[in-house]
Amino acid sequence: MAYSEKVIEHYENSRNVGTLDKEDPNVGTGLVGAPACGDLMRLQLKISDDGIVQDAKFKTYGCGSAIASSSLVSEWVKGKSVDEAQTITNKEIARELSLPPVKIHCSVLAEDAIKAAIKDFQEKRAKRQAQAVVAPKAETPAQP
Amino acid sequence: MKLPIFMDYHSTTPMDPRVLEAMKPYFVEEFGNAASRNHKFGWTAEAAVEKARKQLAALIGASEKEIVFTSGATESNNLAIKGVVEFYKDKGDHIITMTTEHKAVLDTCKRLERQRLDRIDELKLQRLMELTGRDVTPDELATLEIKHGLENDALLKRWIDKVRVGARVTYLSPKKDGLIDLDALRAAITDKTVLVSVMLANNEIGVVQPVAEIGAICREKGVLFHTDAVQGVGKIPFDVETAKADLVSITAHKMYGPKGVGALYVRRKPRVRIAALIDGGGHERGMRSGTLNVAGIVGFGAAAEIARAELGAEGQRISGLRDRLWAGLSKNLDLLTVNGSLEHRLPGNLNVSFAYVEGEAVMMAIKDVAVSSGSACTSASLEPSYVLRALGVDEDMAHSSIRFGLGRFSTAEEVDFVIDLVTRAVKKLRDMSPLYEMAKEGIDLKSIAWTAH
Ligand SMILES: Cc1ncc(COP(=O)(O)O)c(C=O)c1O
Repeated sequence: MAYSEKVIEHYENSRNVGTLDKEDPNVGTGLVGAPACGDLMRLQLKISDDGIVQDAKFKTYGCGSAIASSSLVSEWVKGKSVDEAQTITNKEIARELSLPPVKIHCSVLAEDAIKAAIKDFQEKRAKRQAQAVVAPKAETPAQP
Repeated sequence: MKLPIFMDYHSTTPMDPRVLEAMKPYFVEEFGNAASRNHKFGWTAEAAVEKARKQLAALIGASEKEIVFTSGATESNNLAIKGVVEFYKDKGDHIITMTTEHKAVLDTCKRLERQRLDRIDELKLQRLMELTGRDVTPDELATLEIKHGLENDALLKRWIDKVRVGARVTYLSPKKDGLIDLDALRAAITDKTVLVSVMLANNEIGVVQPVAEIGAICREKGVLFHTDAVQGVGKIPFDVETAKADLVSITAHKMYGPKGVGALYVRRKPRVRIAALIDGGGHERGMRSGTLNVAGIVGFGAAAEIARAELGAEGQRISGLRDRLWAGLSKNLDLLTVNGSLEHRLPGNLNVSFAYVEGEAVMMAIKDVAVSSGSACTSASLEPSYVLRALGVDEDMAHSSIRFGLGRFSTAEEVDFVIDLVTRAVKKLRDMSPLYEMAKEGIDLKSIAWTAH
């Protein structure tokens, strides 16, 4: 199967490969796929308190199209608000990279990775806020 | 060194220039039909075919009378298996093969199984019509079969005993190293078994089966032995007497001959019979009708003669290159596994899993080198190699596999180039692999519940 030029370009010069600190409260990590299926994507987004994606890093185990899809979305999400990033669809990814039908699942995975990373970030934030609310209570001395 | 480099000699081989030279006269000048018995054009063509038949027979220790030319090994496998099942249908209907066979064997067996089951379904419908006194549709079969206790229906049982279409098939699993379990083979043979079909060498992992032992067991039990010898003939010593083989499939394009021509060896002593698949003018002693591909057959013969003369030295040279490739890769990279026995293996084969990187991604990174992968991504299906899965290789490791195939025109320079290229590709891909990072952090990847899709 021949690859589109854009897939080759993203594969050979992948953008934003790397790792962000997953303990950072502003970092959401999405890990989607399964090694047994031949692809696994990890997308990490650093999101500011006002909900803008400031940085994105990915690592992907998978074929060239999976790597290219990850690289592409890591570029696309940067500078977008969380709401905007959520609207990126696999169709847009597949169209941009001219993925053939057998590779559509790679674009689906990339869309899922964005959603999973944002969800992780939101859950982290919700937990933090909940802790912030319960925290003072924990400090009230126990009744004798 | 010329790019791209061909390291996929299991898929096909370039034609040896000497083979092309031998073929050349048989397109324009000597174009006769080998079946024309009444003029010089025909005689010349026939003589050329008969010479090739001898050359091929000599390579496998057969007599030229035992060679049937076909269009390739897919046809030879079909002819051997379907031909035996059809011809010996009164003797039995059971075939034994392996899960690691080529699709030309497996899908042939599947069709025979299907045919038998379809026939049995027809009989069940017929029986149910009798029992219900009305018309019965296939949709009702399962329900009515239970309701009317067909399982214990004596009459139906007698009918089924008389079924003479298709076959029952046992698919033996290989051991972890890809080799056949001879005890399992012995145990699988029944009084209904007519054929054992086990390949000489596997096209993915290059594992060479102990055909002499298999042949001996078959001979002892009075069962015919077919071997798909495509990947082994001309590469490793093989002869039909040592293997006690009754039927052998060969193809020219895997041994530096042309595509579209193959052969089936059919033993004469003791005589093995097969029913033809293709009927017509009665060529090839009635076993395969159709005007012979004279030029192709001449090329096949020339390729066989070259192989016979050079096989020993060539095998040594190529296995030297293969060992060099493996030594280089395993020196530069960790976490590699060779799939299948290294010891019982074709000289030119190396099938390696590069843990934590995906095969197609590796191939894309080394696009100046033609290799092949067991990754699902290289096929239309999403299943990784069934051969590797049959060996018990984990799915992720099957996705990570690359098959290197070396051959007559491979050089040490090419091997060194490939070692370097693959090393860099795998390192780069591991740097971007979340699995590699997790494994290095000591996370047990098997313990994770992945979100399979
Ligand atoms: C083991 C084996 N059997 C059969 C075949 C089919 O041979 P052919 O291409 O001549 O039909 C091949 C080649 O693909 C093969 O590797």
